[in-house]
Amino acid sequence: MADALPRPPARRRLLVSGLLLGLGVAGAVDEIVFHQILHWHHFYDRASGAAGLVSDGLLHAGTFSAAVAGMALLADARRRGSFVPALWWGAVLTGAGAFQVWDGVVHHKLLRLHQVRYGVDLTGYDVAWIVPGALLLVTGVVLLRRSRERPAALR
Amino acid sequence: MSVLLVLLAAAAAAYVAATWRCRSPWPLARTAAWLAGVAAAAVAVAGPLTVHGDLRAHMAGHLLVGMVAPLLLVLGAPVTLVLRALPVPAARRVSRLLRAAPLRWLADPLVAVPANAAGLWLLYGTGLHGAAGHSPGWSALLAAHLLVSGYLATASVLAVDPAAHRRGVGVRAVALAGGAAAHDVLAKVLYAHPPAGVTGAEEGARLVYDGGTVVTLLTAALLWHRWYVSREAVRAAAQPAAPVAA
Repeated sequence: MADALPRPPARRRLLVSGLLLGLGVAGAVDEIVFHQILHWHHFYDRASGAAGLVSDGLLHAGTFSAAVAGMALLADARRRGSFVPALWWGAVLTGAGAFQVWDGVVHHKLLRLHQVRYGVDLTGYDVAWIVPGALLLVTGVVLLRRSRERPAALR
Repeated sequence: MSVLLVLLAAAAAAYVAATWRCRSPWPLARTAAWLAGVAAAAVAVAGPLTVHGDLRAHMAGHLLVGMVAPLLLVLGAPVTLVLRALPVPAARRVSRLLRAAPLRWLADPLVAVPANAAGLWLLYGTGLHGAAGHSPGWSALLAAHLLVSGYLATASVLAVDPAAHRRGVGVRAVALAGGAAAHDVLAKVLYAHPPAGVTGAEEGARLVYDGGTVVTLLTAALLWHRWYVSREAVRAAAQPAAPVAA
């Protein structure tokens, strides 16, 4: 092959693919586990204001749209032969972690849009949602930095 | 409502007649999509949309006539069919007309999708749809509005038919997601504050929320699949050095 490393536009597309898919997967996990399986969340708890509703609507539509777009961009990167596992996984973890931290901090705590669970002390649940999210985010960012510093070694 | 059913039957007949006059063989799948779209709209107009005061029935009708039918009709590629079925001079006049400013704006997702969402907010947010429920003329107009406005929004996003200035796939995907977000928020507002005098508001709002998600997901998948397939040619052209066998 002429160039062993994908050129910058291809790298950027792979990065965007991972971020979008990470966001979409975290949103889907939130939806499936907490809404559908555990029934901890409600469709709408009637306690949140207009800003919360708009943010929730944008997040719901945004996450599933992001997942579809991320898959299409991943398929495209693979067919171009510009897939770099460390870069892509770093982006996926960053996207998923960012979603979880945003949901945990902004939605649950600042906007009080909805809570993890109702009728129980929330501290443990909040820690169990936000801390792993932050860990995902940090791991993702570290992976991304390493794939930039040593791109050749990771191929 | 019967006027609307006659118009829908005419749309089905005109499409089939045009496929016979088409200069090149017309894909059967497109004809099937168009006829299914007409059928979905007709079912909504004849069934759930005639029920008044029950938000479940109304939203089932809304999903069919405003989201499912438009998607199927867009996949029927009616503009492409018209351009291929008409004699060449007439087809040229039609394509000139489509490039004219007002129609070009209607084909822009940044206009058509917000217009569709704004229409829904106006209808359900101001109780206009409740007023429409009591008069057959109004409800026929409402159904026609949902169908046309849903068609324009879906057509602008999927861009199956030729367009003068087509937006990039990213802009179209963002417009689709923005429209879906507006739809979601409206469904939750209806859930929390249902219009006066309707029953089944909570189930109706959830139905339109979940159904809207499914149709939007399908639309997004189609949008990106069409992009992926179309990029084949771009990619082959962008890498002239690579000795790829045809």
